[in-house]
Amino acid sequence: MTALLEVKNLSRSFGGLVAVKDVNFTLEAGRITALIGPNGAGKTTCFNLVAGSLNPTSGQVFFEGRQIDGTPPEIVCRMGIARTFQIVRPMRDMSVLENAMVGAFSWTKSVREAKSKAYESLESVGLAGKANARTDQLTLPDRKMLETAKALSTRPRLLLLDEVMAGLRPTEAAGVVRVLQTLAEGGLTILLVEHVMRIVMEVASNVVVLHHGAKIAEGSPAEVVADQKVLDSYLGAGFHA
Amino acid sequence: MKRWLAGAMVFIVLTLVGLFADPYFISLMTIVLLFAFLGQSWNLMLGIGGQLSIGHALFVGLGAYSVGVLYVKFGISPWIGLSLGMIIAGSVGAILAWLSFRFEVRGIYFALLTIAAAEFARIMFGGWEFVGAMQGLFFPAPTGAIEFSMLRGGAGFYYFVALALAALGIIGTELISRSYLGYVWRAMRDDEPAARALGVRTFRHKILVISVSAAAAAAGGGILGLVQGAIFPDSIMGMGLSVDVLIGPVVGGLGTTFGPLIGSLAAIPLNHLMSAIGDSLRIPGLNNITYGIVLILVVWLLPDGIWPAIARLCKAIQAPSRVWLPHLRKAEE
Ligand SMILES: Nc1ncnc2c1ncn2[C@@H]1O[C@H](COP(=O)(O)OP(=O)(O)OP(=O)(O)O)[C@@H](O)[C@H]1O
Ligand SMILES: [Mg+2]
Repeated sequence: MTALLEVKNLSRSFGGLVAVKDVNFTLEAGRITALIGPNGAGKTTCFNLVAGSLNPTSGQVFFEGRQIDGTPPEIVCRMGIARTFQIVRPMRDMSVLENAMVGAFSWTKSVREAKSKAYESLESVGLAGKANARTDQLTLPDRKMLETAKALSTRPRLLLLDEVMAGLRPTEAAGVVRVLQTLAEGGLTILLVEHVMRIVMEVASNVVVLHHGAKIAEGSPAEVVADQKVLDSYLGAGFHA
Repeated sequence: MKRWLAGAMVFIVLTLVGLFADPYFISLMTIVLLFAFLGQSWNLMLGIGGQLSIGHALFVGLGAYSVGVLYVKFGISPWIGLSLGMIIAGSVGAILAWLSFRFEVRGIYFALLTIAAAEFARIMFGGWEFVGAMQGLFFPAPTGAIEFSMLRGGAGFYYFVALALAALGIIGTELISRSYLGYVWRAMRDDEPAARALGVRTFRHKILVISVSAAAAAAGGGILGLVQGAIFPDSIMGMGLSVDVLIGPVVGGLGTTFGPLIGSLAAIPLNHLMSAIGDSLRIPGLNNITYGIVLILVVWLLPDGIWPAIARLCKAIQAPSRVWLPHLRKAEE
């Protein structure tokens, strides 16, 4: 097993608030890892630190053996890490297709190639039929899928997904889960923030649990849901695996 | 395709205007076309690249002075002057952009910086004896003979130069819009952090779009100087000109290919008409007041500008026929 991404003693504070505290984990290539934890646990901050949107206060991030923390987000993306935003950020005045094309221009200058990649990305998240729609005509779950398609167009080797299945009906979520599994079988490594435990159990081979910025547990989904600390802090008494 | 047919028809009409209209109208339309082109350059920067300039007169003036100084002082062809002006303005734009984005000056603060730079240049040129200082720089009166290599000729000749420039502006904008630059620049305009997350190197693209816009503005400025026959720092580099440049695209439709032309066609003749009426009624300033009111009305009633409103209207008119289109297609098969 080779580590595609390695996060070492990663910390980030905002003023007095420590949002991420001495976090360590590694991502194995071609696997889906879930990053879970209660609201405010530091999951999105972790994404921002890996993707270059934020600089760590201390600690390092290695991608394919290279230290990348502090690298600007556009360069991190070009190295092969794509991310979605929890609060969706569609390009307002561009169509769904055009939105999905932007990422392709990180590896091609050909509009034709970008268009065909964009269709492929939209197809894989089930949005191909809405390619010519304006983004404000999309429902919120669709906009989250558009975020995923935009990220896929950059041809990432590591994909960071921040709650992209929120608001989906169970059948729709199952469809996305299948897409993620197919992508992972094709060699893509995925780090997924997700609150619905059923989805986490189904899709992730490894789970990292954050609480108050610190990692409190890591392991297979079955191990994690049996962990007393996780039950106490996040899943609560009502949870049955 | 239909857009291009309409565009071609507009240019045929404008060609006929140049051949047959009376001299006053031709010189008015020359200014309209030049400002359509200048507006296009500004539109590329804000409407597509998302970078606001309120000091475009800086680049216009650099182009005009490059042409003027080389021609008047050294007898060098305006073609060389235009090229030099574009290089100088493109570099000044790039340096200005680099400096401000390097130090995180952006958005409205960058716009303020463009005003400051234009005002600085205006005062500098106004005190520079070699380029005529406040007295300005005068081109020799045209003989009327057309001399293409020196870009000299009468009013009719300059009309067609302006028309060619406006056409080049529209074609250039459309080509850029459809290339990868158009997509990347619009993404950067709509959401810079999101564009960066998708691998868009926004720092260099912002510098590039500003530099291209500045170089185009300088080309328009060089021709404007020739058309007016004289260059004065207060008019060619003044705030007033910076505002005149942006009125066309704002009225016509920001970020659209045909907006700057439509906007200039509407706004500049209106301004001239109102000032003529004001003169005859002996009400000085009537033009500015009416002009202001009309602009406010346009921005208020048609916030996207005139061109998108026309485009929507055309679509609405065609909508019923679309119902029949699938049937027609089937009939063809
Ligand atoms: N830019 C910022 N400035 C100040 N505080 C921040 C900033 N970003 C995050 N925080 C704080 O850091 C903590 C962790 O936030 P983060 O968004 O990473 O949590 P999360 O695990 O993604 O939560 P959620 O499940 O609600 O998305 C929160 O207390 C948040 O208020
Ligand atoms: Mg979050």
